[in-house]
Amino acid sequence: MTDISTGTAQDWNAPEVRSNLRRRHRGERWLRGIGLAAILTAFAVLVILLGSLTASGYKAFSQTFITLDVPVSADRVKPDRIAAANWRGVMQDAVAAMFPDATDAERKVLAAIPSSVAQFAVRDRVLADPALIGQTVTVSVPVSDPFDQLHKGLIDRATPEENRRLKDAEIAAFDRLVEAGKVALRPNWALVTSADSRFPELAGLRGALIGSFYALLTCFVISFPIGIGAAIYLEEFAPKNRLSDLIEININNLAAVPSVVFGLLGLAVFLGWFGLPRSAPFVGGLVLALMTLPTIIIATRAALKAVPPSIREAALGIGASRQQVVFQHVLPLAMPGILTGTIIGLAQALGETAPLLLIGMNAFITAAPATPFDAATALPTQIFIWADSPERGFVSRTSAAILVLLGFLILMNGLAIFLRNRFERRW
Amino acid sequence: MAGWAFLLLAAATVFAYALNRRAADALREDGRRLHSLPGFHGGYAALLVLVPGFLFLCLWLVFQSAFINRSVMAGLPPGTLDGLDSGAVQLLQSEIISISRGQVFGTPEPWKLEAATRMSEMRSTAGWVMIALLALIALGAILYARSRVSAAFRARQGFERIVHGIMVACSVVAILTTFGIVASLLFESLQFFRMVPVNEFLFGLNWEPQIPIRADQVAGTGAFGWVPVFVGTLVITVIALFVSVPIGLFSAIYLNEFASDRFRAFAKPVLEILAGVPTVVYGFFAVLVVAPALRNAGAEVGLPISPNTALAAGSVMAIMLIPFISSFSDDALGAVPQSLRDGSLALGATRSETVLKVLFPAAIPGIVGGILLAVSRAIGETMIVVMAAGLIATLTINPLDSVTTVTVQIVTLLIGDTSFDNPKTLAAFALGLMLFLVTLGINVLALRIVRKYRELYD
Amino acid sequence: MDDARLAERAVTTGEVKISARKAQVYYGETHAIRDVDVDILDKTVTAFIGPSGCGKSTFLRCLNRMNDTIPNCRVEGRITLDGEDIYDRSVDPVQLRARVGMVFQKPNPFPKSIYENVAYGPRIHGMARTKADLDQIVESCLRRAALWNEAKDRLDEPGTGLSGGQQQRLCIARAIATSPEVLLMDEPCSALDPIATAQVEELIDELRANFSVVIVTHSMQQAARVSQRTAFFHLGNLVEYGETGQIFTNPRDPRTESYITGRIG
Repeated sequence: MTDISTGTAQDWNAPEVRSNLRRRHRGERWLRGIGLAAILTAFAVLVILLGSLTASGYKAFSQTFITLDVPVSADRVKPDRIAAANWRGVMQDAVAAMFPDATDAERKVLAAIPSSVAQFAVRDRVLADPALIGQTVTVSVPVSDPFDQLHKGLIDRATPEENRRLKDAEIAAFDRLVEAGKVALRPNWALVTSADSRFPELAGLRGALIGSFYALLTCFVISFPIGIGAAIYLEEFAPKNRLSDLIEININNLAAVPSVVFGLLGLAVFLGWFGLPRSAPFVGGLVLALMTLPTIIIATRAALKAVPPSIREAALGIGASRQQVVFQHVLPLAMPGILTGTIIGLAQALGETAPLLLIGMNAFITAAPATPFDAATALPTQIFIWADSPERGFVSRTSAAILVLLGFLILMNGLAIFLRNRFERRW
Repeated sequence: MAGWAFLLLAAATVFAYALNRRAADALREDGRRLHSLPGFHGGYAALLVLVPGFLFLCLWLVFQSAFINRSVMAGLPPGTLDGLDSGAVQLLQSEIISISRGQVFGTPEPWKLEAATRMSEMRSTAGWVMIALLALIALGAILYARSRVSAAFRARQGFERIVHGIMVACSVVAILTTFGIVASLLFESLQFFRMVPVNEFLFGLNWEPQIPIRADQVAGTGAFGWVPVFVGTLVITVIALFVSVPIGLFSAIYLNEFASDRFRAFAKPVLEILAGVPTVVYGFFAVLVVAPALRNAGAEVGLPISPNTALAAGSVMAIMLIPFISSFSDDALGAVPQSLRDGSLALGATRSETVLKVLFPAAIPGIVGGILLAVSRAIGETMIVVMAAGLIATLTINPLDSVTTVTVQIVTLLIGDTSFDNPKTLAAFALGLMLFLVTLGINVLALRIVRKYRELYD
Repeated sequence: MDDARLAERAVTTGEVKISARKAQVYYGETHAIRDVDVDILDKTVTAFIGPSGCGKSTFLRCLNRMNDTIPNCRVEGRITLDGEDIYDRSVDPVQLRARVGMVFQKPNPFPKSIYENVAYGPRIHGMARTKADLDQIVESCLRRAALWNEAKDRLDEPGTGLSGGQQQRLCIARAIATSPEVLLMDEPCSALDPIATAQVEELIDELRANFSVVIVTHSMQQAARVSQRTAFFHLGNLVEYGETGQIFTNPRDPRTESYITGRIG
């Protein structure tokens, strides 16, 4: 065999070598470009996602209100039967009084503009103070959804009438109210202070927020101590045998079980076998706790592992028992890491939807739950319910609810990052 | 009542602690040398009261309502339940429960009122019995613990043994969860397979679960072949991977090999945001933005795209998977030893040659493991498909068509009233069992590959 | 550095291949190498010795710009290969590294077959037109690395399955497959047992016929055994450079003497 490759040095200036080199550098630029394009695609998707949600959701943070002067005539409202009075008639009177020149047809249209809650608002005022009978009550109430959309510019007036949700007469009537200065756009506090409703203009997240809070509270109370207990045992005390191997594999697999399967577990075991109440945040919290447990255990073990063995040896060396070492020295040092992991686990649990659907937390409930055992929705299931609702007004409310949910997630993750940066030590 | 019981338990715990601690302190004042500190004597007694009491309360509360409901239903006038299916029985039961809680709608029959009265009576009796038993348990534990206080008693060891036991119990919860999942899925699936033969379920090509629940309903005849449902799941999974694997992989390559430290420090958290977005949000995004956009695009080029096209669900699922795949690939590439990178660069390879010819092949097991985990996620993902995919099971692999998935069927079959004795409900559990088995298989395989790979370079 | 200059004149074995003038290396704020002037000759084995952390490996990495891969590492001064400044903008580090090969401290064969390990360099640089050419390059390089007899029947097996000494020889075969002009070796024997070390040292001696070899070593015995010229680094400075025999028997600088007699390092 002759030495052809060595000894005879390559001519690095030969044209084919140079073109080969150029080709290789071109390949380098290509890969770089594709990589950058890939990551920019991911960024763009995120921007589109957040952008479209914000664009559709921010309008639900304000609500069109109408101010009505409602004459409560003694003819219609008898002091002894206030609740049973014809409040619808009272409202029609109010509209008629506002526009004395309007025709009957116009009045009918005008009366449909305020949300149906208007008559109850007036009724409640009069119930609280019967002296108002015979006087004029001024209330400010949301307008019903189509007019809200119109006022926010979501209904295009240029569309032909037959394809439009509001007819010309309705728009004309609404415009008269606007001209009269009776209509105003105000912050929509009802979004967080009211519970669910069939009417978009009245629907709020209060029930869902409280439901989610109870579910997360349950989840935390159950999974935090159990998770830490399990992690300490596995990391510090468990003998290396088949059982602890089995537990370890089991926990890793549990972390990857689809969430809907946990929902099936909750449905069959907690509802079916134990007879716990359906739709209750407590049961939701139980299911979420089982799902969060692996996350907390894995995070806690990582935090315990990060504490250097020298600390353990030092404490053991002055005669502390192994449990004293762990509970008095190792655990406090690992706490920031454990809390960070727990908060991240809870943030995941807050966004979890499928298991809650299966245990019935997607019911239509118009009152906020008083205890964790009352039927309720949660924030993500409320989003699901609203996303499924046919009324146009729920589109922007769904987006707004998503923005609220994302806000909480950002808050929780921000807290986790803060804890990590503030308290975590590098050894 | 439960609140009072827990309060009683807390009080008993504190009392037991104080009692034993006092006793130990007294021994010490007598000049005896104690084996354990008085605090441990107290802690031992406290745990001895707390643990059994707490376990007793939990078990009692879990089983109390089921037991009461069952005995009330059994005590109804004979013949009441004849001819009622389980759904109707459940409805009746919840009516009685709400009457017993004072929520009466309309005028119920007298026997219902009677049952409700019996129920609330039983409930208050049960509450008193519970408190009495708890008190008995606590008293026994306190007396036993007090009797053990002596100078030689190794209270610390006793205390630590109980703590150790508690920690073992905590770790067993994870096993119990798996056991609960398997047991509930198997139990309900077996009932399903008693109504629908296994091979019909596994190999049947038709899935029409909308069978009538009541005789007067108009619905299909019912067919429970899971093949079209599973194929639909695969179609969406393949679309999701088709989009997410290249984007995730090339992002990881760029971040690992080309990006400056500052860009990396910015890009990684941004990708993590994508991973943190709840799937219900992605589902709404698919419905709000992606599906209409695809439909419009299809109309432009004259392609008929179904409103629930698998493409919409799949591509949005891909967005969810991008950060997952990119972080796994990033880890896998980062785990390849620096020496291989140096070796390749020292031979005059460009960075791209180093990545594609040396690092990538070396990182393949880690990347494959990550992709497998992504597959299992995609198969088990629920909300995106529930909101964006179809409900009708059509046996097709055309991504423009509407397909349904295993998870969609589980959710739609179980939303609303459920009763555990008709195949429609139980079919969901059979699907859940298959879902669990498939994802478990993939996860075990993936975790094994990833672990082997880590060992290779550690 | 007058001493170094004097020593250099005495040698006539080869042309100057690499030359450094006032070379400085910084890692961020740290000044790792100061004012190194050195001429490395062709067809000669040059040894860099010195205590740990003296900068000898750092300087070695500058010679084929491997330190480009380390963030915030900066090189100043002038380093030339055949009179051409290797830090000039027009120089392509990719091509430079094909001309100045490198073997690392720990054997780092790619997780590929033995054949593919050796063929990697020729392939990416387009040095073989046909499969037969490539086969020939692989065979001749494995022969030169004294690995052919052990590996010829298992060319398709992974390179990571070889023993440590064989792996290091495989890495040498891989490095010489791009027919470099200079071969840099960063403590190539530190991870090997004595027998494998002896084999690699023998190999280095044979490679001298065609290449300029620069070897960083911890072991003074090794430097004495394999090199013709030796450079002693201390705290980032090149203290003394000259013929190996002279450095080991009659060092001019007291620091060199202390190191050689075992008082520092």
